[in-house]
Amino acid sequence: MIQVSHLTKRYGPRTAVDDLTFEVKKGEVVGFLGPNGAGKSSTMKILSGFMPATEGTATVADFDVFTQSLEVKRNVGFLPETPPLYLEMQVEDYLDHVARLKQVAKGDINKSIDTVLEKTSLGDSRRRLIGNLSKGMRQRVGLAQALINNPRVLILDEPTVGLDPRQIIDIRSLIKSLKGEHTVILSTHILPEVTATCDRVIVINRGKIVAQDSIDTLTQKHGEGTVFKLALRNPSPAGLEYLRKVQGVESIAANGTGNTFIVKFVKGAEANRDQLVTAAVQQNLGLLEFSAERASLEDIFLKLITQET
Amino acid sequence: MIRNIWTIARRDFRSYFTSPVAYIVIAGFMVVMGWMFSYILRDFSLRMMQYTQMNMGKGVSITDGIIRPLYGNMNVVFLFLVPFITMRLFAEERKQNTIELLLTSPISLAQLVLGKFLSAWLLILVMIALTLTYPIVLLVSGNPDPGTVAGSILGTLLLTSCYIAVGVLFSSLTENQIVAGALTFATSLFFWLVSWAAGSAGGVAGDVLNHLSLISHFNNFSQGLITSADVLYYLSFIFVGLFLTHRVLDSYRWR
Ligand SMILES: Nc1ncnc2c1ncn2[C@@H]1O[C@H](COP(=O)(O)OP(=O)(O)O)[C@@H](O)[C@H]1O
Ligand SMILES: [Mg+2]
Repeated sequence: MIQVSHLTKRYGPRTAVDDLTFEVKKGEVVGFLGPNGAGKSSTMKILSGFMPATEGTATVADFDVFTQSLEVKRNVGFLPETPPLYLEMQVEDYLDHVARLKQVAKGDINKSIDTVLEKTSLGDSRRRLIGNLSKGMRQRVGLAQALINNPRVLILDEPTVGLDPRQIIDIRSLIKSLKGEHTVILSTHILPEVTATCDRVIVINRGKIVAQDSIDTLTQKHGEGTVFKLALRNPSPAGLEYLRKVQGVESIAANGTGNTFIVKFVKGAEANRDQLVTAAVQQNLGLLEFSAERASLEDIFLKLITQET
Repeated sequence: MIRNIWTIARRDFRSYFTSPVAYIVIAGFMVVMGWMFSYILRDFSLRMMQYTQMNMGKGVSITDGIIRPLYGNMNVVFLFLVPFITMRLFAEERKQNTIELLLTSPISLAQLVLGKFLSAWLLILVMIALTLTYPIVLLVSGNPDPGTVAGSILGTLLLTSCYIAVGVLFSSLTENQIVAGALTFATSLFFWLVSWAAGSAGGVAGDVLNHLSLISHFNNFSQGLITSADVLYYLSFIFVGLFLTHRVLDSYRWR
């Protein structure tokens, strides 16, 4: 649905996007993750047809962004970093205007407005002035705007930036509900966003891709071996010593209150967790819980972007 | 094509009326024009009285004494008002980032520019229509030359359209509405005053300057003469303004 090949964008001497190549399949939700200034917005502006690239090609919804930009614009919904809102307009009138801009057929406009108001739970605010809405509500109007022509591709630039936690959860579940119907590419500089909403992540730093994978694969590839959480009713020091000797165990460290521990296996030796559990039972330590803890994506992200610099 | 232009024009035209702009501009215009009309009438009746009762001075027709000064003055009033009407057109879109919405919508830049122009033009049309009562009253009660009335109205509309084209251009050049408005006024005034420079320059240079002047092309209209040369001049002026705006918008995308 989106194909990007050797895309480069320079602002004068400054290279903002440097030889990007990636693909997004139909129905996928892909996160574009990178620190501020990584080139996320620049890439999204190119994909939405707002500005041309310096080099490289991109197709969106099977149309070339440069030679068929009107077709691309007809098939894309774009939420820029600053939502493009006319503060003096009512929500409903604004969406009506955007529908006309996006050339929604006259007879379908009212239906489209009702649909997106419903999707973004803005039905009660349809007659309110956009200027009087909270930031979270405005962001929803921005999303409604992007959805109005039921586009095949949605491009969302930092959809949750500047919102409070409650609003962030709302927007994220809204984005998740779009999965399948639309192909979504969203940018963010916050990690949990990716874990919360995306199937796949493209990590970008200084205009270059540093990693792209599903979140699980990324965790496996870059995590320092897998980590487990272990909870015991009566953890005797001797018993713990015994567990530490189980083959493949790298370390067992207390985690807070004394009853739970973080078990780390040597990379590739995670299968030995069976032995560990058996040992815990044999030693009568009162096994309460044993579960996998994902190596923090945060660590991986930091590692990825510091490796490059 | 037309639908896209209309989509743009429709929103902007409406937004004149959701902000105080339209009301202030229209009210100001009506007050000033009303005052001017009564002043012109008083002056006219004074001269007629002097002529008929005291046999002093020369007689004037309604055409020369009322219609010409009325539309001559209206042109000056528009010179001051158009900057307030056009300054927000693109500047505001840039300021609130709605320009990104416009430039990622499936409409061409030409349609966008024409839509913006049309929104301001419609407001001007409303204002000129509101002052039609003056010539209508005169046509009913007196005998002004209908050709001059028609020519003056058409000329005013064309001349004002040139101010709008200048205003659209400057609005695309800056986010700052005040700057856009001031530059629009200064530039329109410049093209107005070129004919003065023409007078002192004389010769070929004078002819060229005179040809460039916005106001010297109005003279024929105010005589009831609608010539293709004048109409063409105004249309080219508008075209150049809008074409340059198109170039400016195109350059946004490269920055
Ligand atoms: N209009 C511009 N002119 C010059 N430099 C720009 C412009 N827009 C962005 N940049 C630069 O390009 C780089 C990438 O910016 P951007 O794409 O906005 O990154 P992100 O969205 O990931 O924060 C930054 O270093 C930024 O300073
Ligand atoms: Mg950005």
